Amino acid sequence: MVQYSQARFDASFGALSDATRRGVLEQLGRADASITVLAETFHMTLTGMKKHVGVLEQAGLVSTEKVGRVRTCKLGLRGLEEEAAWIERYRQLWAARFDELDIVVEELKRKEKANGRKKRK
Amino acid sequence: MDVRRESEATPTKNRTEVERRSERELVVTRTVNAPARLVFEAWTKAELFRRWWVPKSYGLTLLSCEMDVRVGGQYRLVFRHEDSTMEFFGTYLEVTPHSRLVWTNEEGDGQTVTTVTFHETAGKTLLVVHDLYPSKEAIDSGSTGALPEALDQLDELLASLGSSTETK
Repeated sequence: MVQYSQARFDASFGALSDATRRGVLEQLGRADASITVLAETFHMTLTGMKKHVGVLEQAGLVSTEKVGRVRTCKLGLRGLEEEAAWIERYRQLWAARFDELDIVVEELKRKEKANGRKKRK
Repeated sequence: MDVRRESEATPTKNRTEVERRSERELVVTRTVNAPARLVFEAWTKAELFRRWWVPKSYGLTLLSCEMDVRVGGQYRLVFRHEDSTMEFFGTYLEVTPHSRLVWTNEEGDGQTVTTVTFHETAGKTLLVVHDLYPSKEAIDSGSTGALPEALDQLDELLASLGSSTETK
């Protein structure tokens, strides 16, 4: 696990190297906000703000939730108690792994089907 | 035609659960929509395993992945993260096709033992990944790694950011 934590830590510093992103964190510290509101506050395009939020999200500093067509942003797991936050990071690692595993397994399924068809011929 | 449409639908992702079962144990569970023999294959063939073990979003490059999947066989993963490389290695203790894999992690202090079980029901496989750490300290320090110190620095940074923006 060490390597992932280190990666996460580096990601945090990367995320904080930008003035807009620091501003976004400060803003979210006061209240949750949608990407649209954040974009307006920082005089940016939606696409630009989405990128910044993406970087913060990657670093675990912000989490987002889409309800209907609105994506709401709030401060990330670092606001949680340390262990809960760590378990959640660990869960996210495995969830990401398993999502990739799904892709590999789907491919195996397709191959097996294709081979089965060939054999029957 | 209906069948075709169904097979092309985007499958929804199954939920990943994590439980800290005791001071030394972490358990991860996830269902995969495929028979155990295919899921097992993805865990035991290096060329498949390396495609999913390191999620693309983590900024790590898997330089090499060697897996000799048999009892007593070794595995070794080498990663690059920015300028450094890291190695993870250990030994397979149990290999039961399509149902159970057990291996050790030997790169740290003390051995962590990982047990993966594959339980197939109605064409789907429930995966249970059980990690047994050598001690409570290993789970806490090993899992968060360099974090305690790093987090302090981050907290300081965040605190200083807060105060500097207030003065604006």
